[in-house]
Amino acid sequence: MSIKKSAAVALVAALGVTGLAACGAEDGEKAAGPSGAPAPKTVTLVSHDSFNASKEVLAAFTQQTGFTVKVLKSGDAGEAVNKEILTKGAPQGDVFFGVDNTLLSRALDNGIFVPYEAKGLDRVPAAYQLDKEHRVTPIDSGDICVNYDKKYFADKKLAPPVTFDDLAKPAYKDLLVVENPERSSPGLGFLLGTAAKYGDDGWQDYWSKLKANGVKTVDSWELAYNQEFSGSAGGKKAKGDRPLVVSYASSPPVEVLYGEPQPKEAPTGVSTGTCFRQTEFAGLLNGAKNPEGGKALIDFLISKKFQEDMPLQMFVNPVAKDAALPELFTKHGVVVGKPETMAPEKIAEKRDPWIQQWSSLVLK
Amino acid sequence: MAAPVAFFALFFAWPVVSIVERGLRVDGAWQFGRFGETLSRPEILDVLWFTCWQALASTGLTLLIALPGAYVFARFDFPGKGLLRAVVTVPFVMPTVMVGTAFLALVGRGGLLDGLWGVRLDTTVWAILIAHVFFNYAVVVRTVGGLWAQLDPRQEEAARVLGASRWRAWRTVTLPALAPSVAAAALMVFLFTASSFAVVQILGGSTYSTLETEIYRQTVVRFDLTTAAVLTMVQFAAVGLVLVVHARTVRRRETALKLVAPEQTARRPRGAGQWALFAGVLLSVALLIVLPLGVLVERSFATSHGYGFDYYRALRTPDPSGTFLVPLLDTIGNSLRYAVVATLIALVVGGLAAAALTRRAGRLVRGFDALLMLPLGVSAVTVGFGFLITLDEPPLDLRASWILVPLAQALVGVPFVVRTMLPVLRAVDERLREAAAVLGASPWRAWREVDLPLVRRALLIAAGFAFAVSLGEFGATVFIARPDSPTLPVAVARLLGRPGELNYGQAMALSTILMVVCAVSLLLLERLRTERTSGEF
Repeated sequence: MSIKKSAAVALVAALGVTGLAACGAEDGEKAAGPSGAPAPKTVTLVSHDSFNASKEVLAAFTQQTGFTVKVLKSGDAGEAVNKEILTKGAPQGDVFFGVDNTLLSRALDNGIFVPYEAKGLDRVPAAYQLDKEHRVTPIDSGDICVNYDKKYFADKKLAPPVTFDDLAKPAYKDLLVVENPERSSPGLGFLLGTAAKYGDDGWQDYWSKLKANGVKTVDSWELAYNQEFSGSAGGKKAKGDRPLVVSYASSPPVEVLYGEPQPKEAPTGVSTGTCFRQTEFAGLLNGAKNPEGGKALIDFLISKKFQEDMPLQMFVNPVAKDAALPELFTKHGVVVGKPETMAPEKIAEKRDPWIQQWSSLVLK
Repeated sequence: MAAPVAFFALFFAWPVVSIVERGLRVDGAWQFGRFGETLSRPEILDVLWFTCWQALASTGLTLLIALPGAYVFARFDFPGKGLLRAVVTVPFVMPTVMVGTAFLALVGRGGLLDGLWGVRLDTTVWAILIAHVFFNYAVVVRTVGGLWAQLDPRQEEAARVLGASRWRAWRTVTLPALAPSVAAAALMVFLFTASSFAVVQILGGSTYSTLETEIYRQTVVRFDLTTAAVLTMVQFAAVGLVLVVHARTVRRRETALKLVAPEQTARRPRGAGQWALFAGVLLSVALLIVLPLGVLVERSFATSHGYGFDYYRALRTPDPSGTFLVPLLDTIGNSLRYAVVATLIALVVGGLAAAALTRRAGRLVRGFDALLMLPLGVSAVTVGFGFLITLDEPPLDLRASWILVPLAQALVGVPFVVRTMLPVLRAVDERLREAAAVLGASPWRAWREVDLPLVRRALLIAAGFAFAVSLGEFGATVFIARPDSPTLPVAVARLLGRPGELNYGQAMALSTILMVVCAVSLLLLERLRTERTSGEF
């Protein structure tokens, strides 16, 4: 192995790549501060592609702790978790953020995290703390819900659906587009929501009704939302004709934020009786090179500062009680009173057989 | 020879073998029993069958539509030829998500065909086949056209003077000369379409799956590495078989050819037949390539209050949420930097490999020739996951290093370089090299004086390919690109992943810029060729 490796190093050097190191100059650790103090150490956060944080907030962490955060995005949520399992013991970074309740058991059973009880965890409601050993710390939550096109229902003088039951009614025939639960996490969330609502043996019946009512399936959120849904900006251009789509409770505020110009009211609404709650966790990786930095980073992720930055970065809700929501969310968002939930162990057990049943029921 | 072998072993063979081994050896015991079990599942057989026939059909359709195009580009002289040649290469760099969107606007509900004739092709296999032609048109035009333009037309004319019919002259003189490059192009298109991922996923809906999407599903969704490993082995075997057949057919046909400067062979179309062919090719390019791209351009200007530059202007200002820490325009620079590095690596590795392969050599070297093509046919997920478990220790912990991106991109670029250069290199008359050696030239000097001038054009065509592949590459980049320096396709994907008009509009605007950057870069490459080589033939 080591022979191969040194050969490779020689090769890379021989290819003249070193001369182009300017490209990667920003890659190295940050230079020493103006006082000439030793360069701050780096802590690496591995996450999925949707991770975002504002520059100021990450800078505040460096100021508080002396650690610089380096973010490594590792594919979509499932891919990122699997990569951590594969590299168990020699992880790509120190902290992993972004394992949600649908994948939590897979991560915990494979032992990729080591326990760490974050400082300030008492500010996070117990309902979110799904691992009593503190191998993971809850960071955010979000609801997967059916969104509706306000204009469509106003024009038709039809009340938008509110509950799962409504979606199967004749008034809403041929209106809903959903994502394939096997290939998309909102799709999976919606399936789990129906299973939580109608029970292990009742959801198949419900989906038969949805199918009879003309539900359409596509593979990704992007296609469902930007192509098929009539209420989104992309969907309008693509002449989308489905006024109901499985998306997130936070999508309407985001439509406002990125409106051009920003509308006074969100063009879309949320059917609050169709929601499934997703919680995302972070954990200290087994084999982390910088565990001290990692612990400090996890503390920081549930700090008020980071928690209040998240909603506009990743369009999720903070879990810390003292974190206030931005005005955009309070004004254009909805409060989902009673979202459906499911224990991670049950999801781990049922996920594959359910997806298989779902496929033969809905796709065939 | 050593450098390409080391490159291939380290950045392809080792990662792939490691990940397959991880799947096939569970707790120290080999799981060979899983082969029979997996391969007897009806849904897996369906996947294998669909993968094969759609790839064959896509390749056939692409050759049918693109070979006349290759002829027109090689033998006809017309204004805007360079630009058009750059345009047909643009699909190569387009993020597939965007292309899916564009095709749905043409063939989907409410699309152009639907509006005109009520025809809808989305979620049918036709959408997949047509999109494959769109993506691979340039492969045929550039690999076949590159050689065709340098074939001396006087040989065919000589045959006709000697009494051969036009058809017979073409069949006995031109076709055998072209065969290796046609076969090379067909092979690349086949490998691309057999391992096509996003096109199948977007345009096929949930109905169709290929070996590639199935490996993704088993690896990422189900985390069943054993099944994934079995499927990877099947993919290997299939690709290997294709490569062996290819190597056999090509070797029989390779002969030294008389190559001339392309400027001497091209002329304006003459006669009704030629004009009809010319018009037909232009029409097919307009319908298949320009129109889908045009839809994206149109949408990048269509704001909620009529046409305007709003989305483009927004690219210069930081994102309201601060997601992109830099103005989106900076992503162009990131993309170009990665692409330049990847192109250089691909040219060095591919060029050395092609040079080594040209010198007559044993079976081992010919086997290596085929091996270099493997990355085109093997799942990106397999390679990506393999990188993670092999390149994980210093000094080779490349998992967080920017160099991983150009390395992964070069892996796809190398086969292009080799394939484009080999037919030309092999066509060089060995006696020229011998003459140079007799006159006292060192092997290096002989190569520089004899081979290089002749292959410079192929080299630049290959560079164009490698560059385009790298510019648009997404799979490897998304997993490494840091938030402060996303590449252009990564930024597009992130924009499309969020609701909101501004995000959607900016994604369209960025894609339009990507097209322009690609076309301009390729034009510059072409310009480089004419300036440097004009006096040498």
